[in-house]
Amino acid sequence: MDVLEKLTILTDAAKYDAACTSSGGSRTAKRGYIGNTSTSLAGCCHSFSADGRCVTLLKVLMTNRCVYDCKYCVNRRSNETRRAAFTPEELADLTINFYRRNYIEGLFLSSGVFRSPDYTTELMIRSLRLLRETYRFNGYIHAKAIPGTAPELVEQLGFLADRLSVNIELPSEAGLRALAPDKTKQAILAPMRQIQTRNRQSKEELVKYRHAPKFAPAGQSTQLIVGATADNDFHILRLTQGLYDRYRLKRVFYSAYVPVVEHALLPARDVKPPLLREHRLYQADWLLRFYGFRAEELLDEAHPDFDPRVDPKCSWALAHPAFFPVEVNRADYESLLRIPGVGVTSARRILSARRTGPLHIENLPKQGVVMKRAQYFLTASGKMADGLRFTQDSLLRGLIAAERPLLPQPPMEQLSLFAV
Amino acid sequence: MTEMVYCYDGSFEGFLCCVFESYAKREVLTAICCDEDFVPMLFASRSILTDRDQAGRVYRKVVKCSPHAAELLRKGFLTCLPDREIHLYHLIQKLLRDGPGFLSNLSDPVLYPVAKAVRHLEGEAHLLKGFVRFSDLGGVLGGEIEPKNRVLPILRSHFCARYLGERFFLYDRTHREALFYAAGKSVIRPLADFQMAPPDETEASYRLLWKRFYDTVAIRERYNPKCRQTNMPKRYWNTMTEFQDASYFKARSSPAAVSAPGAPAGISAPGTPPAPGRSAPGSAP
Repeated sequence: MDVLEKLTILTDAAKYDAACTSSGGSRTAKRGYIGNTSTSLAGCCHSFSADGRCVTLLKVLMTNRCVYDCKYCVNRRSNETRRAAFTPEELADLTINFYRRNYIEGLFLSSGVFRSPDYTTELMIRSLRLLRETYRFNGYIHAKAIPGTAPELVEQLGFLADRLSVNIELPSEAGLRALAPDKTKQAILAPMRQIQTRNRQSKEELVKYRHAPKFAPAGQSTQLIVGATADNDFHILRLTQGLYDRYRLKRVFYSAYVPVVEHALLPARDVKPPLLREHRLYQADWLLRFYGFRAEELLDEAHPDFDPRVDPKCSWALAHPAFFPVEVNRADYESLLRIPGVGVTSARRILSARRTGPLHIENLPKQGVVMKRAQYFLTASGKMADGLRFTQDSLLRGLIAAERPLLPQPPMEQLSLFAV
Repeated sequence: MTEMVYCYDGSFEGFLCCVFESYAKREVLTAICCDEDFVPMLFASRSILTDRDQAGRVYRKVVKCSPHAAELLRKGFLTCLPDREIHLYHLIQKLLRDGPGFLSNLSDPVLYPVAKAVRHLEGEAHLLKGFVRFSDLGGVLGGEIEPKNRVLPILRSHFCARYLGERFFLYDRTHREALFYAAGKSVIRPLADFQMAPPDETEASYRLLWKRFYDTVAIRERYNPKCRQTNMPKRYWNTMTEFQDASYFKARSSPAAVSAPGAPAGISAPGTPPAPGRSAPGSAP
């Protein structure tokens, strides 16, 4: 089997993993080595695939042979599919040559569980070591830590990779039991905790010794599949918040479940992936990380799912009319961030601009405020936008109308004059 | 005070000399044009000679008032903003008259067009950091871009750091200039015309591998061309490997194509699917 064919099989098997970022590294170029990660502090997208997702890393599996039989996965043992495996040399050669041509920012290495988690991780370590030491690759590497791997091996992996991730896969223990019987919550959380502890220790050592080796300097992330089990948004969001709080994750990725295999416990094959739900979860995720929201503010037991018609911040604003309108010339940063249509950048710009003089409504679009949403919730120098009249009811309709062009449209239907 | 039109040689120093001259002669400028695209008009016009000392004096004064304004000035000069010279001239005028306070207010009418153009420049440069495609031409990396703004000075530090030990060049088709880098030194030079040499077999095989990867990585059930185009506007596609037609993937002396298996679950990018090349070196059959 030649490399082209292997690449095709192993890319096809890896593509359902959502995580693909190259952010968080800050390693400058070294003489005699290839590449750096320092310019990718904000990440660098090298292309966008036909589904609109960013391509920044060479995302492949080491092998798609797998001893596990997770029901939702294309690579499960019982699935009839072509199997392949890269040799460490092939993988290193591809990475280096793609990197030199500026196709990618680095390597994203995951793998099916071949023989055992330990054996697979050893294979990955061998490849990464060859890439780092023989091929002298200094760019970004994201590696998957496989649940159930010995801590010593995770430790070695962490010194070779920039970012590690352990996939949670399913948002609840019941889901894991039903769909991924070979994985347990405990086996997933153990390496996560280890990576967090080791990462913190490595940072402390760096303060004392300048050349201390860095353990996963770009932190860790995880992914969970949305829509394969019956878990609601509130549950997922609280889980996410817990991961950010307790495990200091950099990112939690959500992956709308794409039905790839037929199984009685899973949604049918003709079910569309819940893309809008995934989108709302990402919006809420941003609110948690950058806007100072808590999961309990956005959702509760009475409203366990997001409103598909408006974004989570608008939903929150509609439920808290007493908080508004916010006066942009006096409000603090935290309050500005709560206005729908005002983001981190525009809130900073407002803070900076109002030092030179009072802001008026007509100044706001130039600061980057999205007025079609923000106009209902703010005043500038005591005034709202000219001619704006609304009630609680028309407000919701206005926001839905503002959101509608951004949502997927239902297909057009030809009406017939003569049909009943 | 009289109203004038100045002509200059198109360089940044030349522009700064226009600013110097207008203050020295107490003339109000209605336009500053480049020598090349000057058309005779009703206003009195004069050609300004470039003097590095005068330019340095103006630049140092701006830096002293506000280093941020100096950065806006340098970057603003690289943008594709129509009549950018006169916008920048107004910015300097306001800076010298009122001080740097207005620079923190984005809705300021003098600052806004310049800040917006600079954002456009930086955005384009950021996208191009990822979208540039290099080819290995016998050990030297070569790439081409078609940007709207003059992004090469912005991209310079990024690519020089990324390819520390390599030799490379990057050709800007729009502005007909190229960035060259070798052994730790880089220059940007005008280059009237440039044609990329056809790839050798190794290069062609990596191009093909990349296109196959790109076509395979998309998930069919999530097909969303609008989202792709928002993130990666079509004007960049012209120079990107994954959107080239079959001839781009054919090596210089490649024999007649043999058919190879297509990407099974892939979504082929627009453009005809490539002719299969040789497998990459080091591959096991």
